[in-house]
Amino acid sequence: MSVELGHFALVLALALSLVQAIVPLLGARVGSSSLMRVGEPAAITGFALIALSFAALVLAYVQSDFSVLNVWENSHSAKPLLFKITGAWGNHEGSMLLWVLILAFFGALVAAFGQNLPPTLRANVLAIQGLIATAFLLFILFTSNPFIRLEPAPIEGRDLNPILQDIGLAIHPPLLYLGYVGFSISFSFAVAALIDGRMDAAWARWVRPWTLAAWAFLTGGIAMGSYWAYYELGWGGFWFWDPVENASFMPWLAGTALLHSAIVMEKRSALKIWTVLLAILTFSLSLLGTFLVRSGVLTSVHSFASDPARGVFILAILVFFIGGALALFAIRAASLAPGGLFHPISREGALVLNNLLLTTAAATVLVGTLYPLALEALSADKISVGAPFYNLTFVPLFLPLLVAVPFGPLLAWKRGDLPGALQRLQFAFWAAGAAAIASYFLIDRASAVAALGIGLGLWLVFGAVTDLAIKSGIGKVGAAVALRRLAGLPLSMFGTCLAHGGLGLTVLGIVSVTSLQAENILTMQPGQSTEISGYTLRFKDLRPFTGPNYTEDRAEFEIGTDRGGSLGELVSSKRLYTARGMPTTEAGIRTMGLSQLYVSIGDRTEAGLVVRIWWKPFVTLIWIGALVMMGGGFISLMDRRLRVGAPSRRKAPVAVANEGKS
Amino acid sequence: MTRKQKRLAIIGSGMGFLAVAAGLTFYALGQQTSYFYMPADLLAQQAAASERIRLGGLVQQGSIERGEGTHVKFVVADSENEVPVVYDGILPDLFREQQGVVIEGKMGPDGVFVADTVLAKHDETYMPREVADRLKQEGLWEQK
Repeated sequence: MSVELGHFALVLALALSLVQAIVPLLGARVGSSSLMRVGEPAAITGFALIALSFAALVLAYVQSDFSVLNVWENSHSAKPLLFKITGAWGNHEGSMLLWVLILAFFGALVAAFGQNLPPTLRANVLAIQGLIATAFLLFILFTSNPFIRLEPAPIEGRDLNPILQDIGLAIHPPLLYLGYVGFSISFSFAVAALIDGRMDAAWARWVRPWTLAAWAFLTGGIAMGSYWAYYELGWGGFWFWDPVENASFMPWLAGTALLHSAIVMEKRSALKIWTVLLAILTFSLSLLGTFLVRSGVLTSVHSFASDPARGVFILAILVFFIGGALALFAIRAASLAPGGLFHPISREGALVLNNLLLTTAAATVLVGTLYPLALEALSADKISVGAPFYNLTFVPLFLPLLVAVPFGPLLAWKRGDLPGALQRLQFAFWAAGAAAIASYFLIDRASAVAALGIGLGLWLVFGAVTDLAIKSGIGKVGAAVALRRLAGLPLSMFGTCLAHGGLGLTVLGIVSVTSLQAENILTMQPGQSTEISGYTLRFKDLRPFTGPNYTEDRAEFEIGTDRGGSLGELVSSKRLYTARGMPTTEAGIRTMGLSQLYVSIGDRTEAGLVVRIWWKPFVTLIWIGALVMMGGGFISLMDRRLRVGAPSRRKAPVAVANEGKS
Repeated sequence: MTRKQKRLAIIGSGMGFLAVAAGLTFYALGQQTSYFYMPADLLAQQAAASERIRLGGLVQQGSIERGEGTHVKFVVADSENEVPVVYDGILPDLFREQQGVVIEGKMGPDGVFVADTVLAKHDETYMPREVADRLKQEGLWEQK
């Protein structure tokens, strides 16, 4: 019954989102405020209906209602409750429903908190959101309906793919979608501005918090996905340049660029046309990502078998929105008034450099992701593009960006002073340089490249701290005054510091693990010991164990130091999920400080058990850095000046002057 | 500088970055991509010994031979041809006989493929797509 209710709510939501797509747009066109005001209740009710529908699906999973095809295909009555719930979006249909739920959630937020937006802008934004929701609800109802019944109902389900039976599924997809789909708001604002033919600094002040929120979620989502793949797949890798990963990384690169260009637009009302284009491109890359992941066009280590017929539908959605938005852009962009002037060496100039490097880097990832698909379609040649390609293209473009990051916040608007900025950064420069030289001579395996990489990571961290130190006047005024000034700095400055410093931490983690990790593959008998990076690992025993829906062989190891002390046990296992007869490897991981000992086991042979051991120095910095970046985003969001709803209360001379002109 | 000159400077530097990116991309695509072969292709058109390639096919029934430590030998086959493979490392969970695999590595001078990576897919009913396509063409495909 609740399943039919959920299905019906989804159909109602489709009808409502169609109303939301048409009526406010029409109202804005003819200038009728009563028509425009239809958008808000429609958006909020639509969200409530989709939430109801989603709840019905989750309920069917919790109750193990195998008369629903989707539940039967992806669940099992013996599964722990958490995995029954998360299993609702651990499949194509459910994850599309989550996608639309989050889309409607953002639309409802605009409706609820957008009271002080100009009415036509609000109406247009909600209409575009309604249009996107309509397209994806149609997609769900016609090609990916999670509410289809099965007659007669089977007694037991086929279980969820074991790789997905993990806490990671509860965290990664919702965070990722909050990011990915959150960019739809920036997109809708851009398209609404093009329809209006009007854009000012107030527009940028509206778009920035939404972009920032989406960016912070996406950063967290990608990081969590990376950590999940790291511990779950048992290969010890944190990033594979897999098309599915690139699908989320491209919107992140474009979104990062958008975040920075929106600052220029807000503060200096320059780069308007570019900002609009970036907003469109960022969400287009999100849509492209959805297409790549959901259509099954990829040969990918992460891709689960899915139905290619759906691809055509998403492709049509993709072409409609990207093509439509870009066509509108081509027609209307010229009507947007050009903004202020600036010298190449200035804050604006630095942000333009940031944008150029980020977008070209995103373009190389795009080529690497799509080229094999295009080549196969045109010539039937099948190739694969992997890490070596990105090391040659993406990395050389990204390195200068990393070097330039600390300069940006230290340059003044309009006309900056490069030698001055260099002078202020000299402490960061020498400290990072000294650390690089020290690590080259002190660490055994460190090559010159690794040492430079460590220096680069620290340069970012020290540079970020320098910025705060200079802005609070540390060294120039007394400690008490400096501390008071530091506390009085706007939160967005702390946000910038955390985001840039977090990037540095991630760089440090990546450099350290790629150049300094130790690896050992061997065959072990119970009782045997081996050594890695100053730790000993003794293989104690292999025991069978039975879990709720799997059986496993657990290999128990004892970790010891080279001085003979014991650091306790580590368990790595090979599981067999009985319902699907599918084996998985559960890695054993021990975190020591910021580093990790990582053990995964292979097959049993006559000679013993195949064991693969890694020592991964500072590996956790990769994800800690990303979480710090995410934290920076949220702290910046709490800044009063950026808070949703704040624009009307703040004096905005730039905006007023600009509106007067247009 | 006038507005026009500044705009030209920005567009010029943007083009510069794009040109660098395009140059790097073309170079890397020429150097760093690996082609996909089935055993038949590999035997028909001898790949250069230095070229890194991907080989796909089925793991032949009864061909898996474990050597010392983590060394393993097996045969990757399609309908008529077979290629012996050596590999040193841990095999993926879903690696088994009669299962589709994609392996990466180089063809040795003695006709033995030296693999550095073995890929099997996450899902037990799922074949690597390249392999599935070819098996369908050859009529060896069985829908599970």
